[in-house]
Amino acid sequence: MGKEIKVGMADLNVCVSPDSITTLGLGSCVGIALRDPITKIGGLAHIMLPDSTTIRNNSNIPKFADTGIEELVKQVVRRGADRNRLVAKIAGGAQMFGFQSKSEMVRVGERNVEATKKKLAQLRIPILAEDTGKNFGRTVIFYPETGDFVIRAVGKAEYKI
Amino acid sequence: MGEISLEEMSNEYFDVLKELGNIGAGNATTALAQMMQCKVDMAVPQVRLLEFKEIGETMGGEELVMAGIYLGIEGDITGSIMFLLEKQAAKHLVGKLMGIESEGEEFTEMEFSALKEVGNIITGAYLNSLSSITNLAVYPSVPDLTVDMAGAILSVPAIEFGALGDRILLIQTQFFDEMVLDGYFILIPDLESYGRILSALGISI
Repeated sequence: MGKEIKVGMADLNVCVSPDSITTLGLGSCVGIALRDPITKIGGLAHIMLPDSTTIRNNSNIPKFADTGIEELVKQVVRRGADRNRLVAKIAGGAQMFGFQSKSEMVRVGERNVEATKKKLAQLRIPILAEDTGKNFGRTVIFYPETGDFVIRAVGKAEYKI
Repeated sequence: MGEISLEEMSNEYFDVLKELGNIGAGNATTALAQMMQCKVDMAVPQVRLLEFKEIGETMGGEELVMAGIYLGIEGDITGSIMFLLEKQAAKHLVGKLMGIESEGEEFTEMEFSALKEVGNIITGAYLNSLSSITNLAVYPSVPDLTVDMAGAILSVPAIEFGALGDRILLIQTQFFDEMVLDGYFILIPDLESYGRILSALGISI
């Protein structure tokens, strides 16, 4: 068994088999796991907002779907993953409350998922599986060895995608 | 009206927010005592400006199950406010309010709606003090409640703060009746409301 690497909110990291990588309590944020199935090098990003270009204070790269995914790709490739073999799994983007206060913040979970998909499509990285939306929080653990993306939620049995 | 970010926030401004937090939490404690018809004590609230990755740990872990009550604010000050309470503490509070010993892990529909009311009263008391100190109109929306992992609940205010900067302002309040109840307030004024709060208090920015 390898060690478990922890990724915080607005954070990202690389992970190589046999290690695993996790982020706890994803709400409206989205967790993006990347993996090269041959080298078994992967990584995980925990993004909070869809688009860095609409926000003035945007120096925090892992905070945004667009810049965060780009950076994650860069880091896993630097670690030895093949850029053209990368595949993705994504989870999160829930709507935690029935209302969200500001119009801009409405559906931010959904918009995070949309922006994530758009960025991955633009980078030609296929999404193998997703568990997004709905109204509950998720803890995710990614295993670059198998590509399993394990999801834990309150009051639910653990499952994987 | 000047715009400021939390990063550039002066000590003076931080003190003001701290004091607002103190008074608001004090008011909320009084409201809680009235509602429960018993004495409730409060420790001096701690006001902290935290990085996103620190907030989960501060509250006892991202996976700690908590009840989160979230309201929008309209009026002179716009934004939102959240009150968080650990699940067992929430169950205790609601059980006491309803005069029953709560069984089981999950909230019944009745307990859920009572908890929503508790959140409504606590945040209402908090906002009332904010309104009377600043002399600004503050109208809360209908509250919404969710019971889930701390990290997931906190993602909502974190994202709102995230549009402005990289940190979140957390007011931790400990209530005591027979047990210690750790409550957390998160006030999220919109950018322009910060300036309004400060101007109302006679602080130049």
